[in-house]
Amino acid sequence: MSTERVRFSWLGKLQRQVGYDLLVFRRNSASLFFTIAMPLMFLIIFISLFGNGELENGASVATLYVPGILAMAIISSTMMNLAFIITSRRERGMLKRLRGTPLPPWVFVLAEGLTGAVVASFMTVVIVAVGRILFGVSLNLTGVPTLLISVVLGAVVFSILGLAFTTVISSEEAAPAITNGVMLPLFFISDVYIQGDSVPGWVQSIANLFPVRHLAHALQDSFNPFVTETSWPWTHWLVLVLWGAFGTLVTVRFFRWTPRR
Amino acid sequence: MSRVIEVRGLTKSYGEHQAVRGIDLDVEEGEIVAFLGPNGAGKTTTIEILEGFRRATSGSVRVLGEDPARASQSWREDIGIVLQESEPVPELTALESIQMHASYYLAPLDPHAVLDLVGLTDSAEQRTMKLSGGQKRRLDLALALVGDPKLVFLDEPTTGFDPSARREAWGMIEALRATGNTVLLTTHYMDEAEQLADRIAVIADGLIVAVGTANELAQSVGAQLQISWQAAPDQPPPPSPLAMSIAETGRASVSSTDPTQDLYILTSWAIEKGIALDGLEVVRPTLEDVYLTLTGEANS
Repeated sequence: MSTERVRFSWLGKLQRQVGYDLLVFRRNSASLFFTIAMPLMFLIIFISLFGNGELENGASVATLYVPGILAMAIISSTMMNLAFIITSRRERGMLKRLRGTPLPPWVFVLAEGLTGAVVASFMTVVIVAVGRILFGVSLNLTGVPTLLISVVLGAVVFSILGLAFTTVISSEEAAPAITNGVMLPLFFISDVYIQGDSVPGWVQSIANLFPVRHLAHALQDSFNPFVTETSWPWTHWLVLVLWGAFGTLVTVRFFRWTPRR
Repeated sequence: MSRVIEVRGLTKSYGEHQAVRGIDLDVEEGEIVAFLGPNGAGKTTTIEILEGFRRATSGSVRVLGEDPARASQSWREDIGIVLQESEPVPELTALESIQMHASYYLAPLDPHAVLDLVGLTDSAEQRTMKLSGGQKRRLDLALALVGDPKLVFLDEPTTGFDPSARREAWGMIEALRATGNTVLLTTHYMDEAEQLADRIAVIADGLIVAVGTANELAQSVGAQLQISWQAAPDQPPPPSPLAMSIAETGRASVSSTDPTQDLYILTSWAIEKGIALDGLEVVRPTLEDVYLTLTGEANS
């Protein structure tokens, strides 16, 4: 075999692994429901429920809900999916079996992250389209760079946090309870499910410690219809990067490939 | 013939507990060797050190010329592993699972051929979640073989199987012999070890207490043939050197290391005295007897 082939064989392996991961995703009805259907359902329900009225600045409420639900979709397709899938594969001995093959572990991990990123990108397109068609939320050209950077950064950071999450989940059965137990309250207080000033200040301060609100607000910046120049929400991005760094530390230190039981 | 596995003075401790207490083992190319021992004897710990999943506490281990704990990713090109417990990805079909694993290797076998080898061709398009326990185990073996390994590890390949599934699995492992693979398997079934392995290493309490073919093991414990018959009332003892004992079941028996000679002494004596030796038989020691002797010694 040529050195060339060995040197670049990981690229082919990565590509094929992402292909298989996407196939598994498409065939898993729970993944499809929670990642694809539920965010769209919530988008329509919330806007119908709370009305698509005018905000103080004159924009419609939907200009906040579209990016808010987009944040939820990104987090579902990366962090939530990884936390479930990796935990279940670990507990069923699948990760251990992989460690017994020549597939480099980092190729497997990267493939899982890329799969989440592909799904997140797909959901971005869908939600932007639905927001446009059903609720008249238009994305200005100036908002596109902010949106792209925020989606990619969000996908990376929440993939890492998904891996980090698996280190505290002891069993497959516990995975949904633990992830939802943490994420649902965060979705409620982080301007994902509920928009506007009804959230008390101290709750907002708590939400600001966590990454969800920062992703939602970075995305909301890109949908602001009155901004004529591209905005660069550095603070929000910085907080996301810090959480990504924290997640990396936890993952590197505590991630395990073998079942806990 | 080259040496595939070489283990010297292997130990493994978990805190105070010594799971493996000094194992030496050589496995040559093309051999099928079985670790036979009760649960908790150290079989899985030892095989997982050889697979590179655990680190030895002390001793030296060479598998295909490398230390498994430090081996490169490419070392795994030549190793196939069937873990004690491992599920396939439920959303993929049997064929897709094998194809996915094939993509991890530089020179894999044809996935269809492997599917055929393990007898899953008819289930190729079945999602693995729909496969039976026996079929999943065959898929495990297929996933271990698709990389065309030189050495295959099988950790309790048939535990939990019904008898017919075990026979089937044995057939496949026999097929590995034909391909010239070196195989190291663990089992706590004596018939499995006897059926499959060229050599059996009996493990008890973290030590290999004996290695050899089933016959060699029998000799090593000095297990003797038993010549027995239904004792008559007032059964007179046969002449020396035969030492008779009568069990509560009423069977008289003598142990023998030279059955040809001893049977001659016994039967000529019986004819001379006009004694009937009802139900006369010569019984070989079973591997079970040998095993119980060996593991019993280790525990006492």
